[in-house]
Amino acid sequence: MSIELKDVNHIANLARIDISPAEAQAALAQLTNIFALIEEMQTVDTTGVEPMSHGIEVNQRLREDRVTETDQREANQASAPQVEAGLYLVPKVIE
Amino acid sequence: MQNASLKQLSAALAAKQISSVELTRLFLDRIKALNGDLNAFITVDEGFSLAQAKAADARLAAGTADPLTGIPIAHKDIFVTRGMRTTCASKMLENYVSPYDAHVIEQFSAAGTVTLGKTNMDEFAMGSSNETSYFGKVKNPWAREAVPGGSSGGAAASLAARMAPAATGTDTGGSIRQPAALCGVSGLKPTYGTVSRFGMIAFASSLDQGGPMAKSAEDLGLLLNVMTGFDPRDSTSLERDKEDYTRDLDRPLQGLRIGLPKEHFGEGLGADVAKAIEAALTEFKKLGAIIVDISLPNGRLSVPAYYVIAPAEASSNLSRFDGVRYGHRAPEYGDLMDMYKKSRAQGFGAEVKRRILIGTYVLSHGYYDAYYLKAQKLRRLIAQDFKAAFEQCDLILGPTSPSVAFDIGAKAADPVQMYLNDIYTIAANLAGLPAMSIPCGFGNHGRPVGLHIVGNYFTEARMLGAAHQYQQATDWHTHQPQGI
Repeated sequence: MSIELKDVNHIANLARIDISPAEAQAALAQLTNIFALIEEMQTVDTTGVEPMSHGIEVNQRLREDRVTETDQREANQASAPQVEAGLYLVPKVIE
Repeated sequence: MQNASLKQLSAALAAKQISSVELTRLFLDRIKALNGDLNAFITVDEGFSLAQAKAADARLAAGTADPLTGIPIAHKDIFVTRGMRTTCASKMLENYVSPYDAHVIEQFSAAGTVTLGKTNMDEFAMGSSNETSYFGKVKNPWAREAVPGGSSGGAAASLAARMAPAATGTDTGGSIRQPAALCGVSGLKPTYGTVSRFGMIAFASSLDQGGPMAKSAEDLGLLLNVMTGFDPRDSTSLERDKEDYTRDLDRPLQGLRIGLPKEHFGEGLGADVAKAIEAALTEFKKLGAIIVDISLPNGRLSVPAYYVIAPAEASSNLSRFDGVRYGHRAPEYGDLMDMYKKSRAQGFGAEVKRRILIGTYVLSHGYYDAYYLKAQKLRRLIAQDFKAAFEQCDLILGPTSPSVAFDIGAKAADPVQMYLNDIYTIAANLAGLPAMSIPCGFGNHGRPVGLHIVGNYFTEARMLGAAHQYQQATDWHTHQPQGI
């Protein structure tokens, strides 16, 4: 399994990270080494092994469907880059 | 006073030999004197800390104090704190002030402790050397040219330099234990689900676990008593009765079965580290422990499995940083997509971006089964190895890290070499098991060596007991760097 430059650019786009051609080239070299390490996984036969998503098996708790949170809008928006009238501002998305 | 144990500090506060304000002042002054050199703290706010100390003194005077009331604690800058910025050592959160406290912070506030400041770390806890922090590298108090380990490197360095009597850390692949080992202090990652992750900025949610760091096992037990507890706001928080983690401290080690995984004593382990570990094992035998040879055959796969699972979870978790609700937004951008991409490119450092890319790749269409699912299957095999091992032994001992602290810059250019540093610690995170590191001597260049202790689920008290008995018989945990 080898990664190519176009893969790096593709995943950077999926991850919403701007990447320059020089950065992509550097990332390609490093990711190639990292994936060589990861490839070791394929040396083990895992047929019939159940995947494990958590160290401790837990069931999702349920709770009553009622309002438990009070309005914290001002506090929550205090760290926002740009707000106006209680709204988050972003570049125009609908013409 | 800076070398006192938490029990001694607690007694001094109770006996009015010192006030919390005086004690806090003492450590703030040490931070002022040493932090310019060591860079262990990102944020210190004397007014904030002293106000909390004053409140603690009032509580001590009123006779409503808890065991740790009035004791200053350094919190890793990954736990969000109301009224003091939380950066996660990233430009992305350089100016972030949380509107709420993490559960861990709430627990310490309820106990009346004082927040001494926020400690430096690898950016978003991704690193083993503290070199990825946006706020600069942390230096190892034992050797200024060496790394302190990571990601909780600021916490470990602050303890070694006696800038704080106790600290909090988080551990996703070794981030409490490895820096504890490299800085000659003690640190414990509890069983997954024991400490709430609420308000602990997420890296890899199925692996992240908060834990205490301190000078001794006894101190760790006292801190763990405060940190743990059920929290409904963390869906993986376990509903268990509160327990006293200091209950086994005086339990003799007679008959304790110690498992030695042969895989942790083979190729790749430094001779100096091996020698210190052997000496520690001899000590445990003297204390009555029995050594059992065990095997963890799939342990070698923990690094590759981890570097699929952790980046996959990180790429999802870090998608929340979009420059809209909080965090860095690029000063100039075109459309919305351009704003996301530039904000994230500028806000994240190189290692964080690398892991987001790995995670995005392994989760992308067509690769999910080959990578993510495969890694989760290996995770099960790794956990099963431990299950089999714990039928033969009570605790597993070995080295925390293959070498003593390496020099700053030595591994920074080669991510794979850096990742292999966590070869002995990662498996415990994958399995969800409790694990700790305590100092057990010195290796090359007089740099500290850490002894790794892994226990079965929920056996923290027994682990702390074994560590405490060892620390009663030896004095490695009392050594401190020169010139501090």
